[in-house]
Amino acid sequence: MPDLTRDDVAHLAMLARIDLSDAELDKMVGELAVILESVATVQQAPIGNVEPMSHPMPLVNVTRPDVVRPSLSPQQALAGAPEVDEQRFSVPRILDED
Amino acid sequence: MTSELVKLTAAAMADALTAREVSARELTQAHLDRTAAVDGAVHSYLHVDAEGALAAADVVDAARAQGRDLHRLAGVPIAVKDVMATAGLPTTCGSRILEGWVPPYDATLVSRIKAAGMPILGKTNMDEFAMGSSTEHSAYGPSHNPWDLERIPGGSGGGSSSVIASFQAPLAIGTDTGGSIRQPAAVTGTCGTKPTYGGVSRYGLVALASSLDQAGPCARTVLDTALLHEVIAGHDPLDSTSIDAPVPACVTAAQRADVRGMRIGIVRELTGEGFQAGVQQRFDEAVAHLVDAGAEVVEVSCASFTYALAAYYLILPSEASSNLAKFDAMRYGLRVWPEGLEDASAEQVMAATRDAGFGDEVKRRIILGTYALSSGYYDAYYGSAQKARRLIADDFAKAFQSADVLVSPTAPTTAFQLGDKLDDPMAMYLNDIATIPANLAGVPGMSLPSGLAPEDGLPTGFQILAPAMADERLYAVGSALEARLTAAWGGQLLDRAPALPTSEVAR
Repeated sequence: MPDLTRDDVAHLAMLARIDLSDAELDKMVGELAVILESVATVQQAPIGNVEPMSHPMPLVNVTRPDVVRPSLSPQQALAGAPEVDEQRFSVPRILDED
Repeated sequence: MTSELVKLTAAAMADALTAREVSARELTQAHLDRTAAVDGAVHSYLHVDAEGALAAADVVDAARAQGRDLHRLAGVPIAVKDVMATAGLPTTCGSRILEGWVPPYDATLVSRIKAAGMPILGKTNMDEFAMGSSTEHSAYGPSHNPWDLERIPGGSGGGSSSVIASFQAPLAIGTDTGGSIRQPAAVTGTCGTKPTYGGVSRYGLVALASSLDQAGPCARTVLDTALLHEVIAGHDPLDSTSIDAPVPACVTAAQRADVRGMRIGIVRELTGEGFQAGVQQRFDEAVAHLVDAGAEVVEVSCASFTYALAAYYLILPSEASSNLAKFDAMRYGLRVWPEGLEDASAEQVMAATRDAGFGDEVKRRIILGTYALSSGYYDAYYGSAQKARRLIADDFAKAFQSADVLVSPTAPTTAFQLGDKLDDPMAMYLNDIATIPANLAGVPGMSLPSGLAPEDGLPTGFQILAPAMADERLYAVGSALEARLTAAWGGQLLDRAPALPTSEVAR
């Protein structure tokens, strides 16, 4: 199993949208190595021809009649927003400059 | 009178309310007074709603005065773990990223509690997003074990376990993804059940790992746990994984307490090595009590349980990394602008917010999950874990052919010191070794007190596991064991807990 490098962890943090500080990165590389070594033992289980299990119960599709029901008012939906403008969620710019 | 009121069981409180020996307002106020006196030391609550609880109590008192039909638990107050959405009450999940967030809706189980007329006293502390076994990962500071304030109350539901162990509430709601109801119950001398997956609606439960999460009841006795179980269980069209079948007859089973002819399976992999001597001793004694009550003991082997911890710590972070992606600083919760970037992009704001708003353990698990799901590693990690999960479910199915219930100690040790395992994530994870298999397979599990470990005088827990949708068996076995143990002890285990330091109540 390849070791997780500091660059790998930085890349994963970027993918997970967490702006880790240098100190956090240093600490996490060591901690993740210990955890990964332990969880990797799952590969030693006799799993050769085993069907993966994603859910504890058999899943069935659930539908409901397509009728209008009471729902949140715009005011309720926006009540927890960090910023609101003209009854909309106000967000930072979504495109990068380059 | 007040101090005796809070020590009653929920069932006895319900009887006193029905007999009009006490009003719901008096009962609720007695618990609020107890909180004012002891929660400075215990820190079970993140938020107390005195006004709301008393208003709900008044509604019940008025209805009773008019002679209306009421739920058996109407007027019996309850505390709710801060991971359940409560309209009008803050819901933080123990995280800075949700500090001050007030949900615009109630979780289904909260609606059912309100419909039953149970005043909600407040929201209980927890490890951030339910990631932990000690409450030390709460952004708002840990809760303390009422048996020894220097020790952990278990986690993630340490707020709910300590709130009932310190008599601030007779009942509480917990959630259990890998043991977060059962392990806190074990280390505080209280009871708690993780129902069958899908037995209690997850609508309004802020998801950690959707295929593992299950909300359930916490209380001081097996019967009280059963009473609350039946309030919150049952089909909910708002949760697509909710089971559309009658609720198991938990209360009846708890009242009958009959184990004659039942086959009790001891799981070889969940006893002996790795379990503290006093924990094992109290477990062995409990099994002897069950034999005495007419049960038959069989030994079963579940070889794949050896891989449960590893499978769990791949599946949980994978699901969590996906579930927690919704905390993006856009629609609700914290928003932090990166320093020195006036014209930051949404992604930069998102990354700065998630760094500031999430604690270390949450970041660790999100990044581990991101890795386990990433291209090139998916099959080796997440895929392997899903296959091991199947082996574990198969082992349960096989074991339940020769046993009606399975039993083990709930946690490998008694409560450890706050701070002891904070810098060693793997050591913290090992606490859940006996509770995790049930979540992976979706089967129900209960923990109840089995005594005090002779070496440290701290509570030990006894775990019972049953096949899916046979939750009532937990209550039959738990109640039979509890009856024999309390007879041997001459009262409840919690009667032996030390008195807590109290602050003067200014009212």
